[in-house]
Amino acid sequence: MSAPSGTERPARPIAGGAVGASPTFADVNRDVLRTLDFPGSAYFGWMSLIALILATGIGCWVLQVYFGMGMAGKRNPQMWAMYITTFVFWIGIGHAGTLISAILYLFRAKWRTSIYRGSEAMTIFAVMTAGLFPVIHAGRMWYAYWLIPYPSERFLWPNFRSPLVWDVFAISTYLTISMVFFIVGLVPDIAALRDANTGWKRFIYGLLAMGWQGSDRQWRHYRRAYGLFAALATPLVVSVHSVVSWDFAMALVPGWHSTLFAPFFVDGAIFSGFAMVLVLLIPMRRYFNLYAYITDRHLDNMAKLILVTGLVLTYFYACEGFTSWYSGEPIERASYLFKWVGAYAPWWWLQLFCNSVAPLVFFWRPARTHVPTLYVVSILVLIGMWFERFNIIVPGLAHGFYPYTFGTYIPTLVDSGIVIGSFAWFLILFMGFIKVMPSMSIVEVKETIPHPVRDGHAH
Amino acid sequence: MAASTILGVFAHVDTATRAIRELRARSMRSIATYSPVPLDEFEEALTGHGLPRSPVRLFTLVGAVTGTASGFALTIWTALKWNLITGGKPVVSIPPFVIIAFELTILLGGLCTLLGLFVTARLPSLRLSPRYDPRFSADRFGVEVTCEAAERRAVEDLLRDAGAEEVRG
Repeated sequence: MSAPSGTERPARPIAGGAVGASPTFADVNRDVLRTLDFPGSAYFGWMSLIALILATGIGCWVLQVYFGMGMAGKRNPQMWAMYITTFVFWIGIGHAGTLISAILYLFRAKWRTSIYRGSEAMTIFAVMTAGLFPVIHAGRMWYAYWLIPYPSERFLWPNFRSPLVWDVFAISTYLTISMVFFIVGLVPDIAALRDANTGWKRFIYGLLAMGWQGSDRQWRHYRRAYGLFAALATPLVVSVHSVVSWDFAMALVPGWHSTLFAPFFVDGAIFSGFAMVLVLLIPMRRYFNLYAYITDRHLDNMAKLILVTGLVLTYFYACEGFTSWYSGEPIERASYLFKWVGAYAPWWWLQLFCNSVAPLVFFWRPARTHVPTLYVVSILVLIGMWFERFNIIVPGLAHGFYPYTFGTYIPTLVDSGIVIGSFAWFLILFMGFIKVMPSMSIVEVKETIPHPVRDGHAH
Repeated sequence: MAASTILGVFAHVDTATRAIRELRARSMRSIATYSPVPLDEFEEALTGHGLPRSPVRLFTLVGAVTGTASGFALTIWTALKWNLITGGKPVVSIPPFVIIAFELTILLGGLCTLLGLFVTARLPSLRLSPRYDPRFSADRFGVEVTCEAAERRAVEDLLRDAGAEEVRG
């Protein structure tokens, strides 16, 4: 693959710099096209390992379908366990991408340009992963179409007062709109790939570019449409996890029935989403040598966002405790106390450590740009956020209104295998994507660097 | 009257913008540009005044309003079709239906914006303009003028004087 024009110059890290001091338009094309070169054996090695884990996960699912939901350790009172935990976790991960692409776009935060494509891809794949779980959880997934309102001769429709049906609408809308936003953003970049390739690659990228040629007419309508997509996606980001939280808050389970849940979930989603962005982008930056574009400033900004959302989350944890104490309701208090000292207490304290204590290191400036620290804290945050959802769902159901409904759920090999397999599914999609499509937006990065001028002040 | 189309390829934004301004000063109106990024300079030079409004937003509005209406229509109509009172709540319970209406507002608003983009930007198209140059997605800017055959030389000179690297028909 050859760069369209320009000189050969390796991208160098610009210490602490913003995007822009050095790359030219031709550099951006070359550096992004370089990421699509045929991968080496390390890439295929990782892909094989991930594929193996995915195959194990699929095998576990086959076992569950064949032998029934008992394989997943489902019994009263915890009919919701690992799958719903993982579903909420992945939906949460899917928030940072649209936050970066839509909300930061509306705020004209220019630092988003080099990271938004990767984050948006992460969003799409995370929501695609999340979408598997209600189906896996439902057991007889061949009836999943019952959730969709389709005309039936018996006039039987979904119950629109059920939060589970709201979820179907919220998540399918989120997936559709995020995908449209993502694909529209990709089109001008795919046109650049078409122009830089020959043969069958040119043909395929040409079809996908849909005849994009960057004419004034196309750009004019494109920019307006892009702004409108961002405006539509912004309330959507906030609504999706709110609706997911109402799956819980609408139920009368102690510890769930709270108005706190919507902002609590949205904040946690952004928190974990940014952690996942760091977990994916730091190795990507190294592997593709994108140091000139994804700089320390990006890491610093994301670390700050993790710190802020982590502090807000800690406040919500405090509110949760205060509300259950102040309610004066013995069952509510008992349910909360059960989290502290009951069967699942170690996971509660792990969650508090990962989500409330570990991110505090980002108050210290050097930690925000120190890659190993960032990586470790991000992984801790992901673990903490997975356990946060677990600690809402499983201990909540374990300790209901009557002692005779109490129960302890223990994960089985099958449901753990499916959960681990979902990570492989997500990674295989992401790693596949970054080798066939530009993982950094060519157009938006060019917009933020100085445009070539002859008589003005050229850089 | 024979019309001919001329393309100037520019390496710089300011020279290309100047060419557009000069062409417009000569009352040339059918000018198109190609650029790797959207440029405010080009839009202003092309229109001579503020930014033109794009009809895309009308599509968005129509889609969003249709979404809201169909959300309420679907939920209310289906609730009345299966007239079952649960939990002592009204059969037509508006608060939960707002959620469905909201989601459909965004969904149809977004899909209609996409439709609007396709219609107004004339996408997808199978053929590129015959004068399109692959460098326009990298680091070159194109100014394309359609003029009468008699003016051809003058326009070519104008583009070259403005700083075009390449001028072709």
